[in-house]
Amino acid sequence: MSATSTVFKIAQVVDLLTVSNLRLVFDRIIKMLALPGFGVLVFLMLWQLVANNIITSLGQFPGPNQVWEQSNNLVAEHQRERTKEALFYERQEKRNAKKLAKNPDAVVKVRAYTGKATFVDQIGTSLLTVAFGFMAATLVAVPLGIICGLSESVYRCVNPIIQTFKPVSPLAWLPLVTMVVSALYVSDDPYFEKAFLTSAFTVALCCLWPTVVNTTVGVASIDRDLINVGRVLQLSTSVHIRKIVIPSAIPMIFTGLRLSLATGWMVLIAAEMLAQNPGLGKFIWDEFQNGSSNSLGRIMVAVLVIGVIGFILDSLMLAVQKHVSWDKQAILR
Amino acid sequence: MTKNYLEISQVGIEFPTEGEPFRALQNVNLTIAKGEFISLIGHSGCGKSTVLNIVAGLYEATEGGVILEGREVDEPGPDRAVVFQNHALLPWLTVYQNVELAVKCVFKKSKSKPEMRDWIEHNLSLVHMDHALHKLPGELSGGMKQRVGIARCLAMQPKVLLMDEPFGALDALTRAHLQDSLMEIQQQLGNTVIMITHDVDEAVLLSDRIVMMTNGPAASIGEVLPIDLPRPRNRVVLADDPDFNNYRQQVLRFLYEKQKNPTAKAA
Repeated sequence: MSATSTVFKIAQVVDLLTVSNLRLVFDRIIKMLALPGFGVLVFLMLWQLVANNIITSLGQFPGPNQVWEQSNNLVAEHQRERTKEALFYERQEKRNAKKLAKNPDAVVKVRAYTGKATFVDQIGTSLLTVAFGFMAATLVAVPLGIICGLSESVYRCVNPIIQTFKPVSPLAWLPLVTMVVSALYVSDDPYFEKAFLTSAFTVALCCLWPTVVNTTVGVASIDRDLINVGRVLQLSTSVHIRKIVIPSAIPMIFTGLRLSLATGWMVLIAAEMLAQNPGLGKFIWDEFQNGSSNSLGRIMVAVLVIGVIGFILDSLMLAVQKHVSWDKQAILR
Repeated sequence: MTKNYLEISQVGIEFPTEGEPFRALQNVNLTIAKGEFISLIGHSGCGKSTVLNIVAGLYEATEGGVILEGREVDEPGPDRAVVFQNHALLPWLTVYQNVELAVKCVFKKSKSKPEMRDWIEHNLSLVHMDHALHKLPGELSGGMKQRVGIARCLAMQPKVLLMDEPFGALDALTRAHLQDSLMEIQQQLGNTVIMITHDVDEAVLLSDRIVMMTNGPAASIGEVLPIDLPRPRNRVVLADDPDFNNYRQQVLRFLYEKQKNPTAKAA
């Protein structure tokens, strides 16, 4: 690097630190950190105040303090369980090694650890279940939405069905899904738990509709000129869909997918409670049935975790949407 | 020059509405020679775009038909490329990719990959857009987008180039630049062009014949005015040319005396 360009770089850095720039940086800090932080602080104070005044049969309603305590407990329980598991496998390995040393032809058994699922495991199960249900719904909803958007006749046929099933609560579907899964998924060595499938399909049934509706609207409102360009070029249907329809409809498809994922995550908790899928829903149900003095605090931890995960899922979808969307100027939130 | 390159004969069209069907066009007859530049001019709503869309094959005529080089037009196709008023570029594809989409459709069997690349770049340089091959349409000005729209159509090597108010959405200076570019390209390549316009000066400057349409409903061709000005034409020189001004006056007289603006009549 030449001396002049070094000087120039330094000048640029100095320029960044001028008073007006500092002001901008300061404004940013206030907007991005201070204001949200203040909001959270006020909420925590109000929460503690209200919690102090509610006494239930399981003791005082948990405030931020108890919730923090319980979240630490849950993490500690998880770590204890993991240590136990590691020790179990270590013992088993030693035992088997000894057996083999005595008799190289001995048949050794490797048993899986069957300790109880911890809170962290349950979060994992919930995420897996919602992912499965959401994927299944997407695989059906996006193609169906594209077909409905392309053909008004198909849309008219399908619309009454969409409108009827859209407002149905997951709790109404669950008994039916349970029975259908029990009847159809018969296997001696099942790869999936029945409770898992029941919850996932209930999620799928409920989060299908926003994607179908939004994809349909997105495809049906493609600029007429762009469609005419496709007609002049005599694009085949598949090229037309890949080159014109999908890119045009991507923003609306993603709006639908985000709504679907949010719905799916909400539905999941109820589904897990009833189907006894070992996720966050079951955790809440078990704590409620358990009814110890810690239960409410532990449930509150789950509530917050559910909220934060929902927020993260939506942010992830938003990031993907921004990545695949061609209009980088569009304001997405 | 083939005299009957493109024939529009007895074309009429009705659009279904809630009540009586709406008759937009009736008895439209026009024969266009190869390499001819035709402008369609008329008041808003007189069915100029409908004529163009019928030639493009985007609309189907209720009666009559269009014959291009001895073959009847019954569907849209790349031999009748359309330049849309609002460029109609795919906003998620770059300038190069937009033209490429068209080139791949038309020449998928006849050109190799490097030939296609050269052809795309050649057409973009014709409209002076070879400096922005990898920009997205959103990053270009209105005039530049329309240049790319024209390049996309030229790259299809159409038998007829159909232009639907191609410069209508542009400011006067940009419009003049693009008109000059278009004249130059047409001179060089000898394209057959049908252009819709609202602009009398544009029509006289660019056309070999101006086709003036009567007001709708049931619009038809009112008069056809051949423009016998030598090419290449220069707008600055012509501004003071008595023939040019005479042609302008004839078009203006048709539009504002013989065919008063339908909205003015209603008011």
